[in-house]
Amino acid sequence: MDWTRILTNVAGELFAPATAAYALAAIGLNVHFGMTGLINMGQAGFMLMGAYGFAIATMNGWPVWAAVLAGLIAAAIFAIILGIPTLQLRGDYLAIVTIAAAEIARYTVRSSSLTWLTGGNAGISGNDFKGSFQNLCPLPEGSWALGPFQYSNCLSNSWWLRIVGWSLVAIAVVLVWRWMKSPWGRVLKGIREDEDAVRSLGKNVYSYKMQALVLGGLFGALGGMIYVLPSAVQADALGRTLTFNVWTILLLGGAATVFGPVLGSLIMWAVLMLIKSVLRDMPWDVITSTQAEAFSWVLVGVTLMVLVIFRPQGILGDPKEVAIDGR
Amino acid sequence: MAASTLTRKEQIARDLAHVPHKPGSTKPDPIIVADHVTRRFGGMTAVDVHHLEIQRGAITALIGPNGAGKTTLFNLLTGFDRPNSGEWSFEGTPLSRMSAAKVARSGMVRTFQLTKALSRMTVLENMRLGATGQPGENMLTSLFPPAWKGREDDITEQALELLARFKLDTKKDDFAGSLSGGQRKLLEMARALMTNPTTVMLDEPMAGVNPALTQSLLGHIEGLRDEGMTVLFVEHDMHMVRHISDWVVVMAEGRVVAEGPPTTIMQDQAVVDAYLGAHHDTDLGDDSLLDDDVIDQLEEEAEAEEHSRAEDGE
Ligand SMILES: Nc1ncnc2c1ncn2[C@@H]1O[C@H](COP(=O)(O)OP(=O)(O)O)[C@@H](O)[C@H]1O
Ligand SMILES: [Mg+2]
Repeated sequence: MDWTRILTNVAGELFAPATAAYALAAIGLNVHFGMTGLINMGQAGFMLMGAYGFAIATMNGWPVWAAVLAGLIAAAIFAIILGIPTLQLRGDYLAIVTIAAAEIARYTVRSSSLTWLTGGNAGISGNDFKGSFQNLCPLPEGSWALGPFQYSNCLSNSWWLRIVGWSLVAIAVVLVWRWMKSPWGRVLKGIREDEDAVRSLGKNVYSYKMQALVLGGLFGALGGMIYVLPSAVQADALGRTLTFNVWTILLLGGAATVFGPVLGSLIMWAVLMLIKSVLRDMPWDVITSTQAEAFSWVLVGVTLMVLVIFRPQGILGDPKEVAIDGR
Repeated sequence: MAASTLTRKEQIARDLAHVPHKPGSTKPDPIIVADHVTRRFGGMTAVDVHHLEIQRGAITALIGPNGAGKTTLFNLLTGFDRPNSGEWSFEGTPLSRMSAAKVARSGMVRTFQLTKALSRMTVLENMRLGATGQPGENMLTSLFPPAWKGREDDITEQALELLARFKLDTKKDDFAGSLSGGQRKLLEMARALMTNPTTVMLDEPMAGVNPALTQSLLGHIEGLRDEGMTVLFVEHDMHMVRHISDWVVVMAEGRVVAEGPPTTIMQDQAVVDAYLGAHHDTDLGDDSLLDDDVIDQLEEEAEAEEHSRAEDGE
């Protein structure tokens, strides 16, 4: 077994753009669920809005900043449309509506009648929308190696994308940390605990829930943009599995904590890569690489179950808080 | 202190002396006036109040057998439920169909029959959440602590004062969920006071509280009146009602069936009927229970109990 190669693969995952993208989406979900108690089962839908908004705007010649704004606005509108009917109702309605809306969004963008706009089933290939982002790259052309990690400076799965992706993660973490410690975050936390109590104290609960839904959706949209920039925009990559992974990451790291979503993303992708690489290097021939891939997902599912049973607060969560909830 | 309490209570008694002892009677200085309020659940009429006035600055007890519609009336008045018909005003402003948050902001704040402590927040954070006028509760402003730290310090000071008054100051850093039932009732009441209300509506503040802590709760409620607040509270136990209230409103099957001062209300035939219909074993008052010596003794017992509960980790 080639441990150097395996560990290199694993370490590479720790700063991959996709890991940053998942971290951003999980930070958004943390604003929803961890901070406010909103159960959003369609975070992939918000990522989809960000990805398609950005890609379509770019294809129409919009500069990067405007395209990013387009993705964010699309996600905000998505949030508001979902929020208006559901945020006045009991929590489970939001869960049902978000899962349905995310699926509707996915079916819509992949439908053949929208091929002229979204590329339909085939999606939007990388070369059609990456150009303007790559042109902003301040690094010289070519590629660069940091130890065993060699990537293009500016193109596709690049150092430039890593810098942008992880900078966004850092900014998001600082913002969420500030918000959690602020009176605004306190109102959200109160809503998470008992929204009628907060209402009885004169706070406009509906407005706060809407703010949280939009804000978390915006982080999701940014995650969606980073998620598609290494390769292409493809509707089916932005489906239920993605939402499920983001939830796993959040619960793994610890909901309602500042670093939980980031830590969860790092661990999830590093461990997945470790399992896949080890299985692939097994001397015996019982398992093909497709099977290895599938098996590693089975392990993720089992891990999630074990986690929820034995450490429901996640890695960084405070066990005392969960103990109280269980009364 | 004792003298001023007496004066205040006497003053209110004098104001209410000429109010007729009948349902819907007009008060000299009403803060809440309700008309034709009805609320139906399916075919069942939970609330059907023709006219009700609540005297400003007094402690009004709302009593009646289980299912009489007391909680539903509270929910309607505070915007937590919508009536099928009816109007009411608070301090002269029409409140019907106003959202619960707006009702609270207008100065009428409530507590719940089933206590709503925010379990996974500390006692102090619970209190701070009740405060008004915190600019940091705006999403963008909250990112600039200098814009809200000053107000936060004032809020914290107010919270600590109230916690000290309710003897919860030693618990300020504990999760609210770790408090005993009685302490949670106290916390909910203290939190409501953080909004600087003019009227507090307490739904069964004594339910599930051990008998001795009840005495200090009663003291707090009288304290609110002495500060000039209007108190409307729901209670089953006639001892408590007779001890602290200035006026009693009796509900049965959704209607107001009787009104009067606590000393005579239980002789009202409508009240006897209402209670006989529900629980005929209701002991209509034995005031020896409320002797000061007995109260002190009960309070000590309660404190000891609270301590041992806290130590057991409950
Ligand atoms: N949400 C509801 N749906 C249906 N019936 C209700 C609801 N809330 C209260 N009721 C009914 O209305 C009546 C009055 O209830 P409530 O106001 O809780 O009484 P009280 O507080 O005086 O004990 C009861 O018969 C109760 O079953
Ligand atoms: Mg009730």
